[in-house]
Amino acid sequence: MTRVGLEPDLESFRSVARALIARGEAPGQVLFEEARGRQGSLLAAEPLPDAGTGPALAVPKAFLSLAELVACHREPGRWALLYRVLWRLTHGERQLLEVESDADVYRLRSLEKAVRRDSHKMKAFVRFRRVEREGQEHFIAWHRPDHLIVRHVAPFFVERFATMRWSILTPDACVHWDLERLTYGEGVPRSEAPEGDALEALWSTYYASTFNPARLNVKAMRAEMPKKHWATLPEARLIPALVRQAPERTASMVTPELEVSEASHFLPERRDLPALASAAKSCQACPLHERATQAVFGEGPLGAPVMFVGEQPGDQEDREGRPFIGPAGQLFNEVLARVGIRREDTYVTNAVKHFGWTGDEKRRLHATPNRREVLACKAWLEAEVAAVKPRMIVCLGATAAQTFLGPGFRINRSRGQVFETPWTPWWMATFHPSALLRMPDEQAREEARAHFEADLRRVAERLRSL
Amino acid sequence: MDVRQKLQILADAAKYDASCASSGGKRKTLPGGLGSVEGTGICHSYTPDGRCVSLLKILLTNFCIYDCQYCVNRISSDTPRARFTPEEVVRLTLDFYKRNYIEGLFLSSGVLKSADYTMEQLIEVARTLREEHQFQGYIHLKAVPGASRELIDAAGKYADRLSANIELPTDGDLRRLAPEKSFATTGETMREIHARVEQSKAERQESPQAPRFAPAGQSTQMIVGATPTPDAIILDTASNLYTRYGLKRVYYSAYSPIPSSDVRLPAKSPPLVREHRLYQADWLMRFYGFSVGELAPPEQPDLPLDMDPKLAWALRRRDAFPVDVNRAPREMLLRVPGLGVRTVDRLLRIRRWHQVTLADLGRLRVSLTRVKPFIVTADHRPTVLLDSPRLAERVRPPPTQLSLFSSAVAARTGEL
Repeated sequence: MTRVGLEPDLESFRSVARALIARGEAPGQVLFEEARGRQGSLLAAEPLPDAGTGPALAVPKAFLSLAELVACHREPGRWALLYRVLWRLTHGERQLLEVESDADVYRLRSLEKAVRRDSHKMKAFVRFRRVEREGQEHFIAWHRPDHLIVRHVAPFFVERFATMRWSILTPDACVHWDLERLTYGEGVPRSEAPEGDALEALWSTYYASTFNPARLNVKAMRAEMPKKHWATLPEARLIPALVRQAPERTASMVTPELEVSEASHFLPERRDLPALASAAKSCQACPLHERATQAVFGEGPLGAPVMFVGEQPGDQEDREGRPFIGPAGQLFNEVLARVGIRREDTYVTNAVKHFGWTGDEKRRLHATPNRREVLACKAWLEAEVAAVKPRMIVCLGATAAQTFLGPGFRINRSRGQVFETPWTPWWMATFHPSALLRMPDEQAREEARAHFEADLRRVAERLRSL
Repeated sequence: MDVRQKLQILADAAKYDASCASSGGKRKTLPGGLGSVEGTGICHSYTPDGRCVSLLKILLTNFCIYDCQYCVNRISSDTPRARFTPEEVVRLTLDFYKRNYIEGLFLSSGVLKSADYTMEQLIEVARTLREEHQFQGYIHLKAVPGASRELIDAAGKYADRLSANIELPTDGDLRRLAPEKSFATTGETMREIHARVEQSKAERQESPQAPRFAPAGQSTQMIVGATPTPDAIILDTASNLYTRYGLKRVYYSAYSPIPSSDVRLPAKSPPLVREHRLYQADWLMRFYGFSVGELAPPEQPDLPLDMDPKLAWALRRRDAFPVDVNRAPREMLLRVPGLGVRTVDRLLRIRRWHQVTLADLGRLRVSLTRVKPFIVTADHRPTVLLDSPRLAERVRPPPTQLSLFSSAVAARTGEL
């Protein structure tokens, strides 16, 4: 058995291996001992007389780059493994590296892979902290790599941070860049590194905000960011709390805060249509009841297949207590007749049950209900939907549509489209008939009327197919 | 409002965007400059959703004149709003970069005033970084669909990657949920980027000094699960984008519920398994020679959730198996469930020197239970397994909730 001593780096291995091959030392006969491991040992390794003077060996290029990485691995058996593969490469198996399922090659590749991964993690997880030294800024990081990769990775940091003075401290070695040269030193404990950096608060803010709690996947995170590196990552302190809060945060994304309709306090116990209509008369959920003559409730048979929802009663509706009987109601009736829908077969109501107006008693001017009034009244509308159980809802105008689908709904963009909603599988919005009466531009008015009629025609077709 | 508050709002607003890779470019540091770009991107951190942080991904502003229903920043949303100045973004990028938190910047924005005005603001950030600070880190800019040609040109001069978002898988989906957007407008912007990328490549072949244009190419993002569109159509759209505009990546982002969203959108946790299957299918189309019709045939237009799309294909096409590992061409080996591109390339090298056996496959870390029914090796020939009606059960991974279950447990206990 030949015992050989070598420094734990590739250069030392190369010269030793060259000499061994020249002497024809078969791999099974050689024992490699690293310089540090040998210290204190009573057994001195044999000196190699011709070390470094053996003939240059022709080996595949791929072996050299592989050996360079494997040399960084902490595995003490790597030198013997490298030598065995080198021997086989130079003794009739030149193509050996191509056979990746060979046990030796597979082992070498595994070591290489571990070093690559560790180097990648060093590039990723080094966190510099800025300190001032003699008026100059200096960036210092502490990192704990698995393998002896500091020299291997240092050039990456030189390339990337050439204009900064920096140091990376590790337990095995330290590396410093002074804008011109790289210097190396002995390893140091973590306590040598500075604590904290003013920017870490900002970075933590970013880290917490960029996480989407609806996609929580702790396993994937841990696979890529092993816990042993967390100690040096300032953002890692946030992780436990972020994970804990995720379900709650997701729940608030999925079910937005429910708005409570004021009218729900006035709803009767029995929720059939006559009971609802009678209870609505005394509703005081919003200030509109103060100036309105009466609440105007919906009309139509129980189980009507389609429910039309307008905005709010007008002047005439307010006096007579029935929905859609004014000029807009007449236009509505006309178009319904033209497309072949009998109004008696439908349920007609408004999003807001009380007339809202400005001006004086002689000239009561319609005022579009505000969001608060619409919301206050919403409980009545929902109770009507629940009692009538229509299969289709057709909203006339933006106010009605927004009551169902939120303030983002735009009539101009989504008019005539059919949506599936929690209330009915077939939901559509179209113009309000009074909008058709008010449009000043004649051409626009004609177009809008045509659209309105076409939309109701679709409703009629759908009704026939039910 | 201070920078920290803005950062909170504008990073939060960007968290729904899936694309964040920093790969594909290459930049050497400049004398007196900061930063570099390596061919393979580096993920500097990971958030508890398992996604990496490689770039400072923020919006310049989340004010937006559009009303896309799936987007938390739509004009009708009551989300808190903020706006960075270009200088603030530059400062943050440089400060984060110097501490090695990030690889660079991924800057997007709500649409302010107009597509052109917004694009100008994004470009100003990139220009300042590149020209005034000699910053050589990675920059990914959103190309605002509909921005003018001159602005796209300028953006590509500074950015490593440009991306115009297709947003939804069909034009009909867009009409329904994003009325201001259309395939036509976004396509025009993508076409413009593609043309300039190609032109710059040609010029650089003539002279290596010719300026580069978005050297890491262009990508796009598509939201999945906000509309009922099936996987076959999603993959068709992706496939068209790859061929038509030479895209590097199509990102699929499972629709995440957004606060106070419209009832037209699903209010449930994102379909992450479906998103994962789409990425697998996308990969199979780009690197394995599969077509959309093979992965999502008309009679089954959605990818199965309980097995990967390649295995599902193999079970439908049992007549194509077994495949002889020692003789079959590369294209056929790539179709064997359980064999990836790297393994196939290794096998092709190994079989030049000796007959491949099951032991070889084992040492290459191939799952033997998975591949055995589909292959022939020097020492193995599948018996009746291929005809067995229980084949699917044998090769399918056990039905787990993927990582969702373990996350739920971790979430409950706070244990990591």
